[in-house]
Formats: sequence, structure tokens, C-alpha cells
Amino acid sequence: MRMRAEGVMSTWLSLVTNRLIWLPPTLLGLLAFVFVLSRVVPVDPAVLAAGENATASQVEEVRQRFGLDQSLPLQFIHYLRDVLHGDLGTSFYTRQPIVHDLIVRIPATLELALVAVLLAALFGIPLGVLAGLNRNSWLDHAVRLFSVFSLALASFWIALQLQFLFSMKLGWLPLSGRIDGFAPDAVTGFVVLDAVIAGDGELVVSALQHLVLPAATLALLTAATLLRFARNSVINVSTSPAVAYQSAMGLPRRVIVWKYILRMALSATVTQLGLSLGFLLTGSLVVETIFDWPGLGGYAVQSILYSDYNAIMGVTLCVGALFAGFNLLVDILQLAIDPRGEA
Amino acid sequence: MNRLFRRVLRDRTTMAGLILLSFVLLAALSAPLLSIDPAEVRIDRRLMPPSSDAWFGTDRLGSDIFTSIVLGAGITLLIAGITVAIGVLIGVPIGLVAGYYRNWFSDALMRIADIALAIPQIVLAIALTQAFGPSIKSVVLALSLTYWPLWARLVYAETRSIRNEIFIESAVALGVPARRVMVLHILPSVASSIVVRTSIGVGVTILAATTLSFLGLGAPPPTPEWGRMIAESREYLPEAWWYPLAPGMAIFLTVLGCYLFGDGLRDILDPRTRETL
Repeated sequence: MRMRAEGVMSTWLSLVTNRLIWLPPTLLGLLAFVFVLSRVVPVDPAVLAAGENATASQVEEVRQRFGLDQSLPLQFIHYLRDVLHGDLGTSFYTRQPIVHDLIVRIPATLELALVAVLLAALFGIPLGVLAGLNRNSWLDHAVRLFSVFSLALASFWIALQLQFLFSMKLGWLPLSGRIDGFAPDAVTGFVVLDAVIAGDGELVVSALQHLVLPAATLALLTAATLLRFARNSVINVSTSPAVAYQSAMGLPRRVIVWKYILRMALSATVTQLGLSLGFLLTGSLVVETIFDWPGLGGYAVQSILYSDYNAIMGVTLCVGALFAGFNLLVDILQLAIDPRGEA
Repeated sequence: MNRLFRRVLRDRTTMAGLILLSFVLLAALSAPLLSIDPAEVRIDRRLMPPSSDAWFGTDRLGSDIFTSIVLGAGITLLIAGITVAIGVLIGVPIGLVAGYYRNWFSDALMRIADIALAIPQIVLAIALTQAFGPSIKSVVLALSLTYWPLWARLVYAETRSIRNEIFIESAVALGVPARRVMVLHILPSVASSIVVRTSIGVGVTILAATTLSFLGLGAPPPTPEWGRMIAESREYLPEAWWYPLAPGMAIFLTVLGCYLFGDGLRDILDPRTRETL
């Protein structure tokens, strides 16, 4: 028993180390790619940074100050050096350090993504498991139909229809934004939690109301993915020789379902959950734009519109790092559930 | 092949997908037959609700929404077709090579795939739009640069799993060159997965492409794009409820067709997950 545990530990360690070793080169590659891309853009960043009414000599001064007169590889190396010191540069548009801009906006995006994933998991996984356990029943058909229908819907269209129905027509929910009136003091950055901490019931309700539509839009898609995944893994495990053997041995169905099928099926679903979180981050960019949600999505679109390339690189790095971080977390979680190793 | 074809005809899911896709294809092909110019502005007819005259209503410039949808079908299929073709052409060879060899090079290839997958599509698309202007070219480039890993990862995983099968090992032992093993022995075994992924991939690509055009990154007007039509309709809600309805349904039915076709095909090709619907 002890030897087995040690074996699992070492697989786990080697897996995590392997992922950690690849993390910096992955992020470096991402940065290099976006860096090259942002310099292909035929807009002179020095002109933008200097402002509209700057004279030619002022533009030159800005160019020198930001090091924009140096060669591209040199600029990239300088940028990397700054990144390693936790400095992502200054935004030409907001005139704030990028790190500051990101820290203000990350909680909004995370709040939305987490609520959406939570909704999706609460709704999608049980339904998928039930469908998988009762294969080819009416429930299974309904669930499958629901999942393929929701996956085929464009999220921006659903967002628009939800806005149309629930805020324009019925007036039950706010059209856009994150809260009515002044936001509570930022303690966690999650407005709902901050409102609870501030002890303001009205603000809590307002924050929750603002969350409903964007979170539901994002959750619909994720729920459909999770549901398919949970269902298929339940079916895969149920039809495996191991389960056939257990039934032949006369184990009660209840034990087989809870002890074997669910445990094995959930491991695959957890992987999917983590991947969904990554995709939710990018999906939320569109949904944030539609609902005027003040997160990373709006920031990315804004910084690109103003050729604010430091901000573009910052957002890309941030999203890439969050994505990679979620994937790592998933690997670790999966090993905890299913210690057979090698993901 | 004949048996496969008969099974497709018998399978309801696949047939439903096939019928939906045929409709879209038919619309795309018949578009040149329409005698109406979508760019024509007819202010007297603007924002009319659906009627026998204009089935899906008219838009802010008085154009018939039904006509625009039919015209948009060709553009949508064109973008999705080119993107998916590029994705397959880049992804499949990379997946084969990376799955066949077990060395640092194949590791590096898959890491590049991970990086490409981690690039936020919208960020890339907006950056490309700034370089090349809003156009179909920018959309196709942004999508294919980020989508090829989907095929690479699939082919990689499948190649890895059959790499140690006896028929592959014996081919290698007989001295068959690596390239020949990959193309003649591995590729046919993973082909059905590639077909399924491609059908679903077309659907995913259509969703992404319409999202980009919704954000104003697609072809500029008067090219009728489904995503942009929905974006334009936002100003006229809640009065013009029909305006976003038809383009949204067009996207939904086309993507649904791709998914159903791909799903059904997978069930036919892999009987383990087969079900009746």
C-alpha cells in the first residue's frame, strides 16, 4: 500500500514539474507572438502616446523615453526584463500602470466566469449523469437535444435575446453594467462579496441582478459541454468490462453507480470543467462587451481600439497565464480523483 | 462505402443534419439568381415587420432580410470552408508527426499547438483587423491560426494510441519508411475521427466567424454578414424584434446542421456510443 502511494506521489510530482517547466516557454511564445503582431500594426505608438496635438519633436521625445526607437528584438528583451520585475508598462490610454488596470478588472471577469461555471456545473453535471445512467430514456433524449441546441446558439445572439426579453420587454432585470449606484468599497474586488461585507442588502440584490443575464448566457454554453461530457463518460464507464464484472459478481447497482461509475466518470468531467473555465475567459470577452461588464474583455477591446500595445500584451499575458493556471489546477485535481496517473 | 451511405440514410440524426446543410448550400448556390441588389437603399420600406411581401421583415435601410440571409449564406460557408481547410492542412500533418515520434521535437510541436490555442481569438482578430482592415481575410487568418491545434491534438492523441499496435510495429520492422507508415497506415485509421471533427469544426468556425463580424471585424458593408446584421439590429430593439431573429436563426440552423451531421457520423463510425434519437 505504501509503495503504491509513493508511486502515485512521484507520478504526480513529475507531471506537475513537467507542466511547470513548460509554463514559462509557453507564456514566452505567446508574448513573442503578440509582440510581433502588435508591431505589425501600421499605427505609430509614439504618436498615440504623445497625444493629438504633439509636435514632431515631442513625438520624438516620447519615442526615446519609451525606447520605441530601438530595434524590435531589443525592445522585446527590455519588455521581458520589465515583466520579470512585475512591470507591464504604462497604458498610453488610461495613463495607469497596466498591472493596476488589470488588477482592477480581473475580479470582474473572474466573478462572472466563476458564477457561470458554478451554474453550469450545478445544472449540467447532474443532468448529464442522469442521462447517462438512463441511456435512451426520454430524459436522455431531451437532455441531448438541449445540449446540441445550446451549443449551436451564438452567445451574442442569446445575450441579445435575453436582454430583449428580460430587461426591455419584462423589465425584470437590468440591461447592462455591474451594479446600480456606487459600488461598495473594494475588499475582494468581487462586487457581490464586497456588498455583503459592506452589509448593504440593496447593493447585494443589485449586484446579483446584474449578474443573472451575463452569467446565464455563459453558463448555457458551458452546461451543454459539461452535460455531454458527463453523459458520455458515464456511458463509457458503464459499458466497461470492469462494471460488467461487478454486476456479474452481484454487487448492488447502487454501489456500482456511486462507488465506481460516478467516481471514474467525474474524473473526465473535471478535466472538462477546467478547460471550460479557460474557454469561458475568452467567451466572456464578447459577453462582457454586450453587457458593458467592466472586466478584461472590455479592456482588451478598448486597448486594441487605441493601439495601446502595452495593454494588449498585458491582457494577453494575463489571459494566457490564467488559462495555463486553470489547466494545471485541473491536472492536479484529476490526479486526486483518479490516481492512475498520466493525463 | 456503400454500406456507410445506406447507414447515413437510415440514421435520423445524420439525415437531419444533412438536410439542414443542404438547405444552406442550396441558399448559397441560388443567391446569384436573386434579382434584388442588397445594397439598394429603400427608405420607404425601412424597418417593416414580417409580411407576405418581406418574409423576415426589412432592415434599417429597407433591404429585405430574407434576401440578405440568402446572400450571407455563401459568405458564411466560404469563411468556414477556407478556415477549416487550412486547419486540417496544418493540423493533421503536425499531429501525425508529433504523435509518431517520441522526442523533444514532438513535445515542442504540441506546446506550440497549446500556445496557439491559448491566444484569445478576438484579440488576434482585432490586431489583424488593424493591420489589414476589416475583411474576410483577417477573419480567416485569425481563425485558422487559432484552430489548427484542434486537429493537431486529435490526430496526435489518436496516433499515439495506435503507434504501438502490432500492425504499425510490423510495418516499421519490415523497414517501411516513416513517412509511408504515417500516410498509408496511420492516417486511414484516424481518418474517421478527422471527418467527424471537421464537420463539428465547421460549426464551431461559423459561430466564431459570426462573433467576429458581430464585433465589427468582418467584411465591411454592404457585404451581408449574419453576425453584423445582428449587431446592427441592437439599435432598433425592442421595437424591431424581427431584425435580429432571422439572422440568429440562420446561424443556429446552419451550426446545428454541422453538429448533427458530425454527431451522427461519429455514432455510425464508432458503434460504442451509438444511440437512437
